[in-house]
Formats: sequence, C-alpha cells, structure tokens
Amino acid sequence: MLSPTPSPTLDRLQPGESATIIDLRGDTELIHRLTALGVRAGKCVQVLRRAAFAGPLHIRVGTTDLMLRLSEACCVGVTSARC
Amino acid sequence: MKRIALIGMPNTGKSTLFNRLTGAHAKVGNWPGLTVDLLSAKLLLGGEMVHLVDLPGIHDLRGHSSDEAVATAFLSQHIVDVALVLLNASQIERQIGLLAQIARPGLPVIVVLNMADEAAALGITVAHQKLAEQIGVPVCMVSAKYGQGVDQLQKLIVEALHGKLPSGAPTLDSNALEAAVRQNVSVPARASHALTEKMDRVLLHPWAGLPIFFAIMFLMFEAVFNLGKPIQDGMAWAITAFRSTALEPALAALPALLKGLLLDGLYNGIGTVASFVPLIILFFLGMAMIEDTGYLSRAAFLMDALMSRFGLDGRSFVMILMGFGCNVPALMGTRVMRSRGLRFLTMLVIPMSLCSARLQVFLFFIAALFPTRAAPLVLFSLYLISIATAMLTSQLFKRRFVNSDPFVLEIPPYRFPTLRQMVLRGWHEVMHFLRRATRFITAGVVFVWLLTNFPTGAAPGGADTLAGHIGSFLDPVMSPLGIDPKLTIALIFGFVAKEIVIGSLAVIYAQEGQALTAAIAHQIDWVQAYSFMLFTLVYTPCLSTIATIRNEAKSAIFSLLAVAWPLALAWVTSFVFYQVARQLF
Repeated sequence: MLSPTPSPTLDRLQPGESATIIDLRGDTELIHRLTALGVRAGKCVQVLRRAAFAGPLHIRVGTTDLMLRLSEACCVGVTSARC
Repeated sequence: MKRIALIGMPNTGKSTLFNRLTGAHAKVGNWPGLTVDLLSAKLLLGGEMVHLVDLPGIHDLRGHSSDEAVATAFLSQHIVDVALVLLNASQIERQIGLLAQIARPGLPVIVVLNMADEAAALGITVAHQKLAEQIGVPVCMVSAKYGQGVDQLQKLIVEALHGKLPSGAPTLDSNALEAAVRQNVSVPARASHALTEKMDRVLLHPWAGLPIFFAIMFLMFEAVFNLGKPIQDGMAWAITAFRSTALEPALAALPALLKGLLLDGLYNGIGTVASFVPLIILFFLGMAMIEDTGYLSRAAFLMDALMSRFGLDGRSFVMILMGFGCNVPALMGTRVMRSRGLRFLTMLVIPMSLCSARLQVFLFFIAALFPTRAAPLVLFSLYLISIATAMLTSQLFKRRFVNSDPFVLEIPPYRFPTLRQMVLRGWHEVMHFLRRATRFITAGVVFVWLLTNFPTGAAPGGADTLAGHIGSFLDPVMSPLGIDPKLTIALIFGFVAKEIVIGSLAVIYAQEGQALTAAIAHQIDWVQAYSFMLFTLVYTPCLSTIATIRNEAKSAIFSLLAVAWPLALAWVTSFVFYQVARQLF
C-alpha cells in the first residue's frame, strides 16, 4: 500500500494564511508544551508573520499569540484548507 | 501556620497577584527537597497568619523542565492547605487543563481568573458563578493589576481555610472542564488586541524591527546613566563625607592596623559597591518596565534566527543585552530557561558583556592615552570585542551545553505597568541583590586589604606587600601582555569589583585625578593600555557575578569554568594583541 501524501505542516503557511490543526508530532515534551499553549488538534491556527533569516513564526491560536521555530512548526500537521 | 500555594502558567500575572496579596514583605527561602528558592510571605487573613508560597510558572505538571519538577515536588512533599490556581481570564479555555492536573482529593482549590480587565476589553464574558457550580470549585474573577476582586478572593481563601469549601472536586477531568468552559465563557469571533496589532506591525517589522529595538535599548541605557550618574556621585560624596566627619574621629583611638582594616578595607570597599546601588536600581526598573510591557519577548523573536546559529536562542540575546548594564540581573534572568544546557551556555556568555563598571575603567584609560578624536572608536572597538568573545564562547561550548529547550513562547499583548507594580518589582529585585551580594563583597574586600597591607611595615599596595609579591610573581605571565606589576595589582583588585580598579591605581601610584592620569600616561604607552583594557574586558568576572553564577547554577564545577575560561581567553586575547601590535608599532 502506498503511503498517503503527507499533510501540510504549519511551517509551510505564509503570513496571513490560516488552517486547522490535525495533529502534533515530535517528542512528548514538545507536544505537552504546545498543548499547554493551546496548539491542539481541531483548533484554527493563523500565521501573522515570519521573522527575517528563516527565524521563528508568529502565530495565533484562539486568544493566544505565540512564537515558535520552524523546526517546531513542522511538528504541527494542518489541513490544506483555510479555516 | 496554614499554607497557601499560588500556581499558574507563565504570563498570567502571578507575581502581580502575589504582590497584591502580600505587599512588599516577601522572603526568598530554601525548601527541603527543592533545588530553587521560592518566594513566600506571611499575611494576615481573617484574623489568622497564613503563609503564601509562589510556585514557579508552569505550563504543565507532566513536563520535565526544572520549574515543573519544582512545582510537582513542592505539591507532593509539602502540606498545602489551599491551592490558588491562577488562569488568564482571556485564555481560560486552553489553561483550564492545568486545574485537572493539580486537583486531587482533600486539596481545597480556588480558581482565580486574573486579568479580568483585559478579558472585558476583549469582549470576553465569563459566567463565573455557573462555571463554579458546574466544576465544583469556587471561581473568582480578579484584576491583580488594578486590585479588583481581591477582597472577594481573600474571603474565599478564609472560607477554604476553615473547611467551608468543597475540597478535591469529583468531576475534574480535562474534557469535562473544557466543556464547562465552553458553556460558560463567550469569546467574540475576533478577540484581538487592536493596539498590540498596530504596534507589532511596526515593532516586529521584518527589516525595521531590529534597528528600532536597538534604538529603544540605547535610549534606555542613556536614560539610566543620565539619571543615575548624579545620584551615584552624590552617594559617593556622602559615603566619603561620612567617613571623614563621623567614622574617622570615632575610630581615632583604635590601633592603626584595625582602623585601616575597618576604614580602608571594609568601609571603602563596601562603600564603592554601595555607590553603584542607585544605578543598579534604575537599571532594574528600566529593564522591568521593558520586560513588563512584553517587548522583550519581541526582541527574542527578532534575534532568534541569528542566536540559534550559536547554540543560543532569542532569550539569550535579551540576557546578553541586560548584561551591558550589569551582569548580575542578566544572570538571574536566565531562570526562565528550562533547558539546563541553554541556561548554562547563556550564563557562560553573559560575563563577556561590557558592563557599566568596566566602562568606567575604559573611559579612564582612553582619556589618559588616546587622542580625543580616536576615543569613541576605541570604545566602540571594545564593545565589538565584547560581543565577539561572547559569540566565540558560545560557539566553542555549544556542544558541551546542548540547548534542548523547545523555542515555543507566548507573545503577550503589550501591557503598561502601573507605578505600584514597578516600585514593588524594583524593591524585590534590589533586596534580593543586596542580600546575596553583601556577604561575598565583605569577604572579598577584607581579603584584598590584607593582601595589600601585609606584612606590616611595607608601604600599602607597594612592592613589599603580599600583593606586591604576587605582582612580581605573576610578572613572567603578565609581562608578555605588556602589563606591569603595578597594573597586575590593580587587576587583582578588579577581581572584587571592576569599579575598584581605578581607585586601586590611585593607591598604588599614590596619585589622584589629573596627576594619576599623567603618571600612567608617562609609564605605559597606548599598546600596553589597550592590552590592559582587553584583559580587563574579558578576564574573571567580578565577585558579585561569580556569587550569582554560583547561586544560580548550584554547581561548583560550572562556577570554576565560569572563572577559568574568561581568564584563559583574556590572556590569549591580550597576548595576541600585544605581541602583534609590538611588532607593528
């Protein structure tokens, strides 16, 4: 059986784009932190801006604004459709 | 005495509520089984003295970070009569899960929804009575910043202490809690801080963001030094005046040696450090103000890309920057870091920051040996070398101290602290600094005085004293750097506090003011002076800094590294500069 096409991840979103979170990957510590800060499956995430030189993302989930590195953003699976 | 624990996520205004409940009487104390000190205070509630303990801000009790381990250990090893779970009222949906982790049978819990003012401004409404009924735990809305709802909270705490509240609610699993929140909290479709969005568009601009940041920091330093310098001069004058008008006559009858120890050793040493306290208070206030507005987390956002290449992260940069004022508060600031590797690497790098005390030494030597035209350039080169040595240190040690901290941080909305908040904050920081610094500095100045005054009969600070012998003993090591025995003795003084370097040169050369400048300019050339400044910039941090490193790292080996590495780097830097420059000039 062919493996399904991987779903897009948060690091692919451009400023102004939004998507629904599908799942969180990576180690438990990171997943716990993301969950505690409101990055959870089913929530809508919006990318507000990207820092220069491939720096962190500025995102918004609900009423919380967060920054996270691209290496952490690629642990967040999102839908390809906007929310 | 009954004990109340305050628990909550970072950025929920925990310390503001703590200060609101306790005033300025908090104490930092050791707890058995815990590796960090916790802030706690006694307060009078309902006619009874109770003990309020502030636990570190935690995201999750299941985590492995040091803060989370401390909170877990505290809750399991110490008796808690009431737990206050502090949540941000505008973020209650994502934070309520913490309650499920803390609640357990027999532990009375009160949910405190803070920043009620902000939630109201965002149009968020909380039916907190109904929420309380559904989850079986009292819920209280407060604004710790403005004091609203605090009376109600105090009443609830008293009731809880007397067993009048349900303890350890039965239905507290996180799904049920979140469902209850969804039913009782209404959040408008677009709840965002309009002012914050506008400010971020400018302050976090991809290209303009960093230059604006540096401009703001520069203005803050300018303001601190312009305000603080006259106060510091006034303090120094008052300290000298007190010595000559009160202490000297009072101690006149004492034997010369004891008098020397008390006046030239203890009083002058501690006085020099004390005269810097006003500057430190102002610096703390300035940084606290910038920190409380939420701007520092933006600085971390802007600088993270660059810092990650050196094994650090955006927050490390903020700490290095704080170090330009004074290394001590910068070192204490590393507590927010959860990864031990990242925290230690940042603590190793901070002492490379050219602090205000070193700046004083440089201003003196630059004025003595360089033409006015070249002065700003010479000073600027020292700042560049300061940053270069920090980055070099980080680059060399990043494999030893690996950063495993996920860089996921909240960007809070801009907040404007009240005067009350700032004063309390500054007070806490200063008391903390003084308590730790005094014992260490006292021992240090006595030691240096003994070195420069024994054996008896030798001229104080001269070649025949112990310090003089050390100076000549170290000559084979120091002369390849162009640093003579007299300057070496000054560097030994500088180990206590860099502020003392100039004062010690005055003792060693037995000259003051213009005459001292002339004497030094006569004895050494600019190559030697620059080599001396390079060494002063990089070598062993001052005693307060070492004491802070020892306290924060709680590791003797790391503290030793933090002393030895800069010393070695300073020697190599000065050696390379002096030998190359001597060939050329």
